[in-house]
Amino acid sequence: MSAATPQAMMPNVNPASPARRALRRLLRRRGAMLGLVIVVFFVLLALFAPVIAPYDPIATSWSAVRKAPSMQYLFGTDEIGRDVLSRVVWGARASLLAGLVSVGISMALGVPIGLLAAYVGGWTDSLISRFTDSMLAVPFLILAIALAAFLGPSLSNAMIAIGVSATPIFIRLTRAQVLAVKVEDFVEAARAVGNPHWRIALRHILPNVLSPLIVQATLAIAAAIIAEASLSFLGLGQQPPAPSWGSMLNTAKNYVDNAPWMAVWPGLAIFLLVLSFNLLGDGLRDALDPKHM
Amino acid sequence: MSALLRVENLVKHFPIRRHLFGRQTAVVHAVDGLNFELDAGDTMALVGESGCGKSTVGRLVLRLLDATAGKVWFDGEDLMTLAPERMRARRRELQMIFQDPYSSLNPRMTVEQTLAEPLALHGLARGRERERAAELLNLVGLAPQYLQRYPHEFSGGQRQRIGIARALAVEPRLIVCDEPVSALDVSIQAQVVNLLQDLQRRLGLAYVFIAHDLAVVKHIATHVAVMYLGQIVEYADKRSLFAAPRHPYTQALLSAIPIAEPGLKREQILLQGDVPNPIDPPSGCRFRTRCPYARERCAQEVPELRAIEGHSVACHYWQEIMAPQGVVERVVVNERLVRLQSAFRGG
Repeated sequence: MSAATPQAMMPNVNPASPARRALRRLLRRRGAMLGLVIVVFFVLLALFAPVIAPYDPIATSWSAVRKAPSMQYLFGTDEIGRDVLSRVVWGARASLLAGLVSVGISMALGVPIGLLAAYVGGWTDSLISRFTDSMLAVPFLILAIALAAFLGPSLSNAMIAIGVSATPIFIRLTRAQVLAVKVEDFVEAARAVGNPHWRIALRHILPNVLSPLIVQATLAIAAAIIAEASLSFLGLGQQPPAPSWGSMLNTAKNYVDNAPWMAVWPGLAIFLLVLSFNLLGDGLRDALDPKHM
Repeated sequence: MSALLRVENLVKHFPIRRHLFGRQTAVVHAVDGLNFELDAGDTMALVGESGCGKSTVGRLVLRLLDATAGKVWFDGEDLMTLAPERMRARRRELQMIFQDPYSSLNPRMTVEQTLAEPLALHGLARGRERERAAELLNLVGLAPQYLQRYPHEFSGGQRQRIGIARALAVEPRLIVCDEPVSALDVSIQAQVVNLLQDLQRRLGLAYVFIAHDLAVVKHIATHVAVMYLGQIVEYADKRSLFAAPRHPYTQALLSAIPIAEPGLKREQILLQGDVPNPIDPPSGCRFRTRCPYARERCAQEVPELRAIEGHSVACHYWQEIMAPQGVVERVVVNERLVRLQSAFRGG
């Protein structure tokens, strides 16, 4: 890797900072870039849904029930005459929001708990680890469904349910990473120069365990989007008439024979968004590989 | 005058648990009853095979580990009983240089951040941390332009210099050097050892120098303590130890140093077997299982470390054991150099 040229162009910024180098490697990966482009496309779709959607996503029209795709309704209409395209565009909001918020919840809970378990060790660690193990013994989606059912059906409750269900993965990952970094000499050096424990944990250990967490977060967003769609499909997520890809699939299943477009478009949207997050996550994993650090 | 550092009956046992719910079933006797003193400006070398507990001693002296028993007096205060906050403040005077320069620097911090952190923690050089960091780099022979660089941009020798600069940042009085050159290239080793000596002269530092390379020890140390299985078996000033080693273990160690003269033959003392398991050390003298002179008494009585004319040895029969001929010879820089020389000679 030649660092000479960019260095000459940007004399004040060190191009060799670990984050910068990782970004450069990421930009060179075609799959990751494709994923990033699709993710950005959906984010824009969600942000500008009111401008992009040709119709009101919840406005019904009895004169246009289950119309096949046409110039007037590009994606067709559903069983009560709502425009499928508009609902898919607005549905991106629910999916992305669910993905980001629930993973945010998982990380906000999982990273500090995992850090605490690994850094303090001993009794605290045993307690947290056994608790995590028992949570991981229950399949992720089943746990999310149970929690969502317990909390009551709504999009925010679904996000909480998904976030809490995915937390043990982050606890375990953070713990494993911290255990590996904790024994490095620079952590002992940080103690030797007189750092208090909180500073060693936050300033010296945490930055060195972020890479795998970022990768895991990206992949977890994909899983959370599927989980949200599943919960909505079961009626535990976004409530009608607000649009969500999962609940669209739920109603579409009754009309698959004579109105397949009702199922195809939201299904395709889920597929694309999940795929792109997975591509991005894989690219990040390669770009943040510690072997290159 | 009382010494800067005085270690009294230092003991460190590491408990091991064999079963998930089992109680502690055994202990590793890493350090077992250590005593030594170190004055300002002196260098005490701790030498011995791997696993003899020398690195543990270094970490105990800095209280990076808590001792099982014993005292570490530093400038009149027992570090082992200090409250955590007081200890943190005291760390300004005690620093450490690590063996592996690839693991001892935080890969996510620039050189400036690494050097400025100890200053900030102890409220030194307020408002001029950057200048001080540049000074420190200068002190260890690196250009100040390197301040914004990350560790991965440096060679091993340069990283070790940065590690030394970090230790010097707080103007310590004692530095524990844990094999500071053994991970470096031979050509770089000499540079770093010379740097350490130069800094000692200028700043009046005391070093606890942990090493297994006796050639380096002979160069830098003023006193040498030879450790075997967590105990000091011989302790003397450098000259006297290298000139007349008394303990059979020291004699064996010294005889393993290669000699610069290729034609010269001398007897090497080869020890039998391995270092015994520190979970279950031998009774009496711990060295007796490998000692060529061991007798019955060695298994029953623990030999005390007794000083005769400033030269301490823990052996019942040291007076009867003559230093074998040719053990004490000129010390060469490194074994590899010898091989190189002989390759040329054999040509």
